[in-house]
Amino acid sequence: MPLTPVITAHWDQPDSFTLEGYRRNGGYSALAKAFEMGPDAVIATVKDSGLRGRGGAGFPTGLKWSFVPQNDGKPHYLVVNADESEPGACKDIPIMLANPHALIEGIIIASYAIRADHAFVYIRGEVPHVIRRMHAAVREARAAGYIGDNIAGSGFNLNLVVHSGAGAYICGEETALLDSLEGRRGQPRLKPPFPAVAGLYACPTVVNNVETIANVPYIVNNGVDWFRSFGTEKSPGFKVFAVSGHVQRPGIYEAPLGIPMAELLEYAGGVREGHELKFWLPGGSSVPMLTAEHLDLPLTYEAMAEAGSMLGTGTPMVFDETTSVVRAVTGWLDFYKHESCGKCTPCREGNWFIHDLLHRFDQGRGRSDQLVVLDNVCGQILGRSFCALGDAAATPFPSAMKYFADEFEAGTTTPSSVAFDPAASTVFSEVKA
Amino acid sequence: MALTDQTRAEMMDLAARYPQARSALLPMLHLVQSEEGYVTEGGIIMCAEVLGLTTAEVKAVATFYTMFKDEPVGEYHVGVCINPGCGILGGDAIWETLSEDLGVGHDQVTEDGKISLERIECQAACTHAPVMTANWEFMDNMTVESARQLVEDLRAGREVKSTRGPVIRDFKATERTLSGIDDDGLGEVPATDDLMLAGLRYAQEHDMKAPDAEVI
Ligand SMILES: Cc1cc2nc3c(=O)[nH]c(=O)nc-3n(C[C@H](O)[C@H](O)[C@H](O)COP(=O)(O)O)c2cc1C
Ligand code: SF4
Ligand code: FES
Repeated sequence: MPLTPVITAHWDQPDSFTLEGYRRNGGYSALAKAFEMGPDAVIATVKDSGLRGRGGAGFPTGLKWSFVPQNDGKPHYLVVNADESEPGACKDIPIMLANPHALIEGIIIASYAIRADHAFVYIRGEVPHVIRRMHAAVREARAAGYIGDNIAGSGFNLNLVVHSGAGAYICGEETALLDSLEGRRGQPRLKPPFPAVAGLYACPTVVNNVETIANVPYIVNNGVDWFRSFGTEKSPGFKVFAVSGHVQRPGIYEAPLGIPMAELLEYAGGVREGHELKFWLPGGSSVPMLTAEHLDLPLTYEAMAEAGSMLGTGTPMVFDETTSVVRAVTGWLDFYKHESCGKCTPCREGNWFIHDLLHRFDQGRGRSDQLVVLDNVCGQILGRSFCALGDAAATPFPSAMKYFADEFEAGTTTPSSVAFDPAASTVFSEVKA
Repeated sequence: MALTDQTRAEMMDLAARYPQARSALLPMLHLVQSEEGYVTEGGIIMCAEVLGLTTAEVKAVATFYTMFKDEPVGEYHVGVCINPGCGILGGDAIWETLSEDLGVGHDQVTEDGKISLERIECQAACTHAPVMTANWEFMDNMTVESARQLVEDLRAGREVKSTRGPVIRDFKATERTLSGIDDDGLGEVPATDDLMLAGLRYAQEHDMKAPDAEVI
């Protein structure tokens, strides 16, 4: 399956991120089409395209937009989730850096469709280079009349605010994000009501991922049939895949959904020289790991689910045979423990518990019966937590046990750093297998 | 530097950008850090006054977020990504070296006040692993040697450029950018690098493109 650069098509032009560069490549032409179609037709088009959210859960975007009640007399809001903090996810940051105007055009069209006159881009705080890029792009768009009152003579008004977070993974969870955007601690809200009905300031709000919204201008410009000519029935369209880890050429690869991981890996030059694949994660540390036997599966929402994993953010991480799976899982649990917001007991307490036990295995001090305890505690967190962070935290250990139980057994006697020389898995190691 | 009427005016400017003023609290706290270097008691009081909140309410928010510091960081606040995507690929080795060289641990500052270290989580740059940050500007594809060099250069006051373009400024300057109060004029730096272009270049070399599009 060939690579199909769409969102990434002009990134090699030195001014791809400017208004002029974007317009030269046809940018902002979808806007006029959308205004001509009218808001309902835009929603219908996005619905028919089958576009699914690229933030991790894969929820159908048009359907989400259609949940926003109309003529309810309340203000409506669009909030773009640019918190990108899932370990392994690294595709929204490059999109905003290289093609911010596709996101802005998508924001205008989406806001128009859901009748929002105020939109926000919530960007994680640790990326000043991206935050200034978005500020500069919004300034350009405002000067060109794409943001403000009566945009392009359409009568549609839009205010757009670029907002920085301050370092909290949980603020990627959409309701925690809304609390954070309201100036509070970023802790998840009970759902329902869903944000589409009661979101920001208890008003109807659509929360979408950066890549999701950046798809919109291309769909409006080229139509539903074109979009559906990529991907599968259930996973239509293209995807900005980011391949990282022990590969020859890590980086951004845009391809149709449904490309087999083996092919994507080939484009990325394969596993680094002299090494072989041990395990990989299709999209972030929150999805179950897979092994070489799954490489031929298509990267779609449905195929990954069938294999017992998830497409997640669509940013495959690849680890070779030098990697200790115990060390990797322990590292991810350090993360979840740190990022648990503390609102609910299973996640807040459970993560400390798993974390401490895993460190024992990492140091070669585990006990076999503690593997059962670990499994048990993960089971207590999964499905019993207030939000999906808890489920995510309960994922790495059981998924690693499925394929690498012997390595955890070894953790009863041998530290991971003895079983696997950490120097061998660094990118700057001289060690070749 | 103390908080001034100018700061208060800027806070009110931030608050006016939102349908409800409280939404500006995170940007306002970044603004406090841009003046004070961390979230001071005075900063909390000013935020509370501008938004009509209690200081307890502001403090509850400030303490939730890792980027808000309750004591001064170093002149250069250096982050090493130790999330497995970077840690395994070299971030852990970099962390150990720097921590030992400098004699400071997580969230600690060197005696001369120049460098503070933080074990940071995934920075959405795993393709560029191992990743570091200096006053939150990215340093991609680091090695133990380049990490040592970075810290040495920062300590010596030599100009260092982020691998993504901008010169690394002081902590307060970055915080001002994050507050969003005004444009830092650095928005025109180069967009992409080889890793972000890997797929596009492969496609171009092999004559691959998206089918039948009117406008891409
Ligand atoms: C802990 C946690 C972190 C999340 N982080 C992000 C994120 O950084 N970016 C994102 O778009 N979605 C993130 N999500 C998913 C959002 O809750 C939400 O589903 C998504 O923003 C919806 O947009 P989409 O439908 O366009 O994918 C996260 C979810 C959880 C539970
Ligand atoms: S699952 Fe974890 S992150 Fe989610 S609400 Fe509970 S404590 Fe907070
Ligand atoms: S793991 Fe370091 S940037 Fe993602």
